[in-house]
Amino acid sequence: MTAYLIKRLLALIPVLFGVSLIVFLMMALIPGDPASAILGAYATPENVARLNRELGLDRSLPEQYLVWLGNLLEGDLGRSYSLNRPVLAEVGERFSATLVLAGSALLLCSLLGLLAGLVSAVRQYGWADRVITLLVLVGISTPSFWLGLLLILLFAVKLPLFPASGMYAIYGGGDLWDLLHHLFLPALTLSLVAAGVIARLTRTAMLEVLRQDFIRTARAKGLSERRVVYRHAFRAALVSVIPVIGIQAGFVLGGAVYIETVFQWPGIGSMLVQAIASRDLLLVQGGVLLVTVSYVLFNLLADLLQSLIDPRLR
Amino acid sequence: MGRERDDGSRPGAWRLLLNNHLAVSGLLLLLLIGLLALAAPWLPLPDPDATAPVDRLLPPLTPGYPLGTDALGRDLLSRLVWGTRVSLAMGISATLVAALVGSLVGLVAGFAGGRSDGLLMRGIDMLMAFPYILLALAIVAVLGPGLVNALYAIALVNIPFFARNVRGVTLGLARQPFIDAARLSGQSRSRILLLEVLPNVLPVIVITISTTLGWMILETAGLSFLGLGAQPPQADLGSMLGEGRKLLFTTPHVSVIPGLMIFILVMGINLLGDGVRDLLDPRLKSGALSRPLPRTRVERAQTPTLQEEPTSLLEVRDLHTGFSIGRQRYHAVHGVDLDLASGQTLGIVGESGCGKSVAVMSITGLVASPPGSITDGAVWLQGVELLGAPLARLQALRGGAVCHVFQDPLASLHPLYRVGDQLVEAIQAHQDVTRRQAWQQAQALLAEVHIANPAQRMRAYPHQLSGGMRQRVCIAMALANRPRLIIADEPTTALDVTVQAQILGLLQRLRQQHQVSILFVSHDFSVVSALCERVLVMYAGRVVESGAIEQVISAPAHPYSALLIGCIPTPGQGPLQTIPGSPPALDRLPEGCAFAPRCPRVQERCTEGEVGMTRLGDGRSVRCLFPLQAGESP
Repeated sequence: MTAYLIKRLLALIPVLFGVSLIVFLMMALIPGDPASAILGAYATPENVARLNRELGLDRSLPEQYLVWLGNLLEGDLGRSYSLNRPVLAEVGERFSATLVLAGSALLLCSLLGLLAGLVSAVRQYGWADRVITLLVLVGISTPSFWLGLLLILLFAVKLPLFPASGMYAIYGGGDLWDLLHHLFLPALTLSLVAAGVIARLTRTAMLEVLRQDFIRTARAKGLSERRVVYRHAFRAALVSVIPVIGIQAGFVLGGAVYIETVFQWPGIGSMLVQAIASRDLLLVQGGVLLVTVSYVLFNLLADLLQSLIDPRLR
Repeated sequence: MGRERDDGSRPGAWRLLLNNHLAVSGLLLLLLIGLLALAAPWLPLPDPDATAPVDRLLPPLTPGYPLGTDALGRDLLSRLVWGTRVSLAMGISATLVAALVGSLVGLVAGFAGGRSDGLLMRGIDMLMAFPYILLALAIVAVLGPGLVNALYAIALVNIPFFARNVRGVTLGLARQPFIDAARLSGQSRSRILLLEVLPNVLPVIVITISTTLGWMILETAGLSFLGLGAQPPQADLGSMLGEGRKLLFTTPHVSVIPGLMIFILVMGINLLGDGVRDLLDPRLKSGALSRPLPRTRVERAQTPTLQEEPTSLLEVRDLHTGFSIGRQRYHAVHGVDLDLASGQTLGIVGESGCGKSVAVMSITGLVASPPGSITDGAVWLQGVELLGAPLARLQALRGGAVCHVFQDPLASLHPLYRVGDQLVEAIQAHQDVTRRQAWQQAQALLAEVHIANPAQRMRAYPHQLSGGMRQRVCIAMALANRPRLIIADEPTTALDVTVQAQILGLLQRLRQQHQVSILFVSHDFSVVSALCERVLVMYAGRVVESGAIEQVISAPAHPYSALLIGCIPTPGQGPLQTIPGSPPALDRLPEGCAFAPRCPRVQERCTEGEVGMTRLGDGRSVRCLFPLQAGESP
């Protein structure tokens, strides 16, 4: 297991290196002059020249990358001009909000998806299966930003059960209960699409596993059907579902951009949209980098979880 | 979705697709939306951009404005149709770009292999390391907001899906003989790629389009929703939704309607896409993935009654088991009788596909169902009729009085549990003992089947053991609850010859020690003769000969038995014998004797009606009109 862990961690290095290279190149290859792009239309030539020097843009591309990477490793992601504060501070603050939202959505979609897929497979062609199959189809066809608006209309306007926006109440609140109250609608919206994908895959994985020889063995042992399905089939199906949950982490983290905008959740997603609108490219760079690194780590976590369940992978 | 039936013949792809109701509704939906979008310039619609401040925010169903108006008084219906046109064009263009570039990358990587493959795919991996939408967002941030930039961004993030899928298939194709042949004939590489590889890769490209088109429409709409795609005055569905969002609390229809349109559009694509995938990727076809029931379905016309008190441990009477696939019915077993007394061993021999495994799996209802079902017959075990017994009763007997040992021990053991836990589970399913006691018992069982270091092996996972050791574990598991009957289905076929002999020796010893009966299935007469006292020879779902093993081997009465025995290789006896021809198709069994088409002694009468079992004395019988006499060869 330790050897496996070390192997996985080492495999991260080239991935993270590639991610940093892509993010760097993307910003370095902006058409036109990056400094004036960053400073916007009202930049004076002196300011542009100063920023060019600050960003090291007067040097060669590989040199620039090394300097950038060095700064990155020291935790220096540059300064956001639109907010006039270090990118890392802003991004870090926003990231915790995104992590709360995306993390709970990921938990919710895994639970919902696994449960729905399981029920669907066990009751194949029964009414529960038909209803779930239909819901899944609706789920994966629904634009999440529209679903968010509908849920706001339904549960914040027509039936004022939940707040329509924000992470905490402006006056009072601020405790866990307040957070959960605000979290419910956005987390639900964010999780539904991913839950559909997971449900679909769980169903297929269960049906595939239930035809395997070791399931016949479990039945030949005289085990109850409940034990066959849950202990033998479900565990084996999990092995192929877990990597998909890892991939869904990417959709959830990315989808947070929409949901945070719809529910005005103070996370990285809504920050990115504002940063793009004000062409604050260093802020965009920092945000994209941090979310991508967290996605890579989520996938590592999924891999480790998978190897915990499946001894053949260790 | 949709459970279309597969006839024996393959109807055209279109007809299959049209049989899938959901796919058809998706197709119709898309056609309708597509026609509407195409016809937009000729429809009697007002100018989608004409503002009318007086008529702002009218609700739907206002005269003159069927869907109402937006904040600038623009007609929503007209904007919806024109917006759909833009969204569709965006989604389709993005898909085409992604499909073209991605497939090209995949083709080149898969075909060139080696270093270029490694380099290209590392690049694709890098792209996939980013959360899908985030990368698109970053690209738009760099290129600046706008419809065309959003299109490129969405296309780029979808390239990896095409590249990966196409590369996978191309890699397989590049090693095919027909590609080698084209290479040797001196065709250029690009020509081979275009003419030989591309046509075979097309289905994968279509499958990938069917999954990604919906996403791309959703994501381009999403970027527009965020204000990063279509810029005013141009509008697509996403930007309409984004603009309407500000008025959500007062006039929800302005945002709800365009969202609904996106939903319907993507729903249509997904419905059709599922149908297309079912068609092009049979592995995913839902019909092929039916969940097997806890026991084989029994569809007997009448419940059998016991003629006399069963004297044997196991009595099978007139067993009929078959498989329904589509409209076809495959009669795997029809009319098998067998008796097995306590402590006896009975072998069942026949070529693969003769129904021997299905026959013994039917006893405890382990034939996968669907598609399998038992249509007639009865099985008595210790006086209990198993086919009609309640599930709980059957489960108490399974693993208790009657146990199975299967052919492939690696596939038969659960890959994720330690063998010790699997043994403990078998023990605790039938005995009221603590886990600690069960663990002790399990360890003793491993020692009994001659596994060295049982305490250590208990903690091993199946993949850490050798093939022979795994089969010993399976046998230990069968012995766990002191069974009366062990059903061994080709237990030595997957093992090499020396291990095979050890396993046979083990079964022989266990049988003597525990007075357990063994029903032993094999395609190999020599293996059966090493273990069994009596033998049944099966052909095309029927018993064609039965008797004591020495008698059948020394003087087979059925020509098929004789030919099968002739196939036992003996060193220095010339070339290996085979039986010419192959067994009949189980859905179209011939009239009369099923072996007649391959039989060297066939006569006209053989094909003219049912051939019954004839008793030959000495407990032997044969299903043949012209049985061999002792010493006669077929």
